[in-house]
Amino acid sequence: MSDEQNVTGGQRNITGETGVMPPDTRLDVEDPPEAIPGPKAKRHIGRYVLVVLMCFLLLLPFVPLIFWSISHRWFFPTIIPDELSDRAWSYILSDRSGVVEGLLNSLVIAILVAVLAAAIGLSGGRALGLYRFRGKRIVELVLLAPVIVPAIAVSMGIQVMFIRYGLADTIPGVVLVHLIPTIPYVVLVLGAVFANYDTSYEEQARVLGANPLRVFLHVTFPAVLPGLIVAAFFAFLISWSEYIMTLLIGGGIVVTLPLLLFDFVGSDPSVAAALSLFFIAPAIVLMVLTSRYLSGDQSAVGGIGRA
Amino acid sequence: MGGLVLGFLQSLDYMPLIGKNDFSLDAYVAIFNDRVFWASLWLSLRIAFISTAISIVLAVGTALLIYHTERGRRVTTFIYQFNLPIPHIVGAVAMLFLLAQGGLLSRIAFALGLTDSPGDFPAMTNDRGAVGIIAEYVWKETIFIGVVVLAALARGVGDYEDLARTLGAGRWKRFWHVILPLITPAIVSTSVIVFAFGFGAFEVPFLLGQPFPSALPVLAYNAFTDVDLNARSQAMAISMVIAVITAVAVLAYTWLSRRYVRSES
Repeated sequence: MSDEQNVTGGQRNITGETGVMPPDTRLDVEDPPEAIPGPKAKRHIGRYVLVVLMCFLLLLPFVPLIFWSISHRWFFPTIIPDELSDRAWSYILSDRSGVVEGLLNSLVIAILVAVLAAAIGLSGGRALGLYRFRGKRIVELVLLAPVIVPAIAVSMGIQVMFIRYGLADTIPGVVLVHLIPTIPYVVLVLGAVFANYDTSYEEQARVLGANPLRVFLHVTFPAVLPGLIVAAFFAFLISWSEYIMTLLIGGGIVVTLPLLLFDFVGSDPSVAAALSLFFIAPAIVLMVLTSRYLSGDQSAVGGIGRA
Repeated sequence: MGGLVLGFLQSLDYMPLIGKNDFSLDAYVAIFNDRVFWASLWLSLRIAFISTAISIVLAVGTALLIYHTERGRRVTTFIYQFNLPIPHIVGAVAMLFLLAQGGLLSRIAFALGLTDSPGDFPAMTNDRGAVGIIAEYVWKETIFIGVVVLAALARGVGDYEDLARTLGAGRWKRFWHVILPLITPAIVSTSVIVFAFGFGAFEVPFLLGQPFPSALPVLAYNAFTDVDLNARSQAMAISMVIAVITAVAVLAYTWLSRRYVRSES
């Protein structure tokens, strides 16, 4: 991980992308020169205690989730559940709970949102990353607005329009409203990717006789693919965890997993806990699959930092 | 954007769909004269400010901690990034089970003999101080800010820090004059997003907040779903207030980032 970062960091700095930074040669910092070994060792122990404490606090909230999801009953004051049971898990996987339907809705909506946002973000990000044009700052600001302005304000106002065009209470309507917060993220991430993109490869391909489609498929697309994957992953996750927009536009008729989860929190903690864990599984799988790009390609996360 | 314009029109009582064709400021007058509105506004501002401030401090601390960790860095970073994709609603459910008076912490306190009954444990969910809401935001947003700060650190703080060390700068001097200026853009941009989210998000205060006063987005939602259709224009007015305050945050952000860029060059 650290090596990967150093290498990419170095490359990016040599290309002059970060401007003021000198070439990153952090490889030699792995073992910083310290005069006296005594305090150094002590400081190291203190540091590892802090690291362990941090990891503990980060993971602690998952403990009661896991306990609740596998408990038959868990009365106060026992710390470990009294009786274990697979009731909650078998319930959410059964037909009665409606989780299968919610899962399908969530998946269809999130995948459509990810694909559409990526397609739109590809052209938007290219324009933003490659070209300088008048009013670019304003475009960037307008793009940032949906990231920042709360979903509840936007979707309350837009709901009337969706009712008029028959989009309220439908899956296409929910997909459309989910695009509002996702497109800016995708455009910003891909804007950062295209800022480092060299168009001369496209020119070469054209000179060699490739048509626009082939240029896109064989030159542009592979070059921006890592950034595109990260961007689509962001879009998927935003849509996947969206609650209030789905509720307001879907009208409680388009039921996704977050809506089901809210229903269970008040009524059945075991089922709510199991559903929570079920709900985060795809997010974690995607995270593990794309973590290579997240940590390796700094531009993806850095795009937010520079936005 | 269009959603905001439509919302603005509706906040002025303009709803042709139900036969209201006139504009009026009644909704704004109504909410500004309502003590509930001001209590909610204050609560939401407090939640956003406190959670953002704590998250920034913890994010910088933890990012530096990871940056200076050599052994086990891969594992630590993985755990650190782990809750980045966890949705806030799941975080809120987890906090409910952890912090409530019948939750895991309360049970541990009882086992240690610190409390005699669940009621002795301080209320941290659905409470006046909004501790549960703030805890959830801090748990999630520390990582969000921290990951971006870590990326900024990895872009080449090392050389400057080594240089300052050779020149005899102590730990605090290195932090204030070398590290902090380099990670400031990352902190500024992420904390604006975090602040706006803490101010305008609905899910977490809906699950972890007390019924009265409720956070501003919850108040807006309750008015929106009210059977009385007049409450709808008030809901729009409240959401306009939310939008305006977050817009001010965006403008403050661009102003801050421009100022930063200027001082850099």
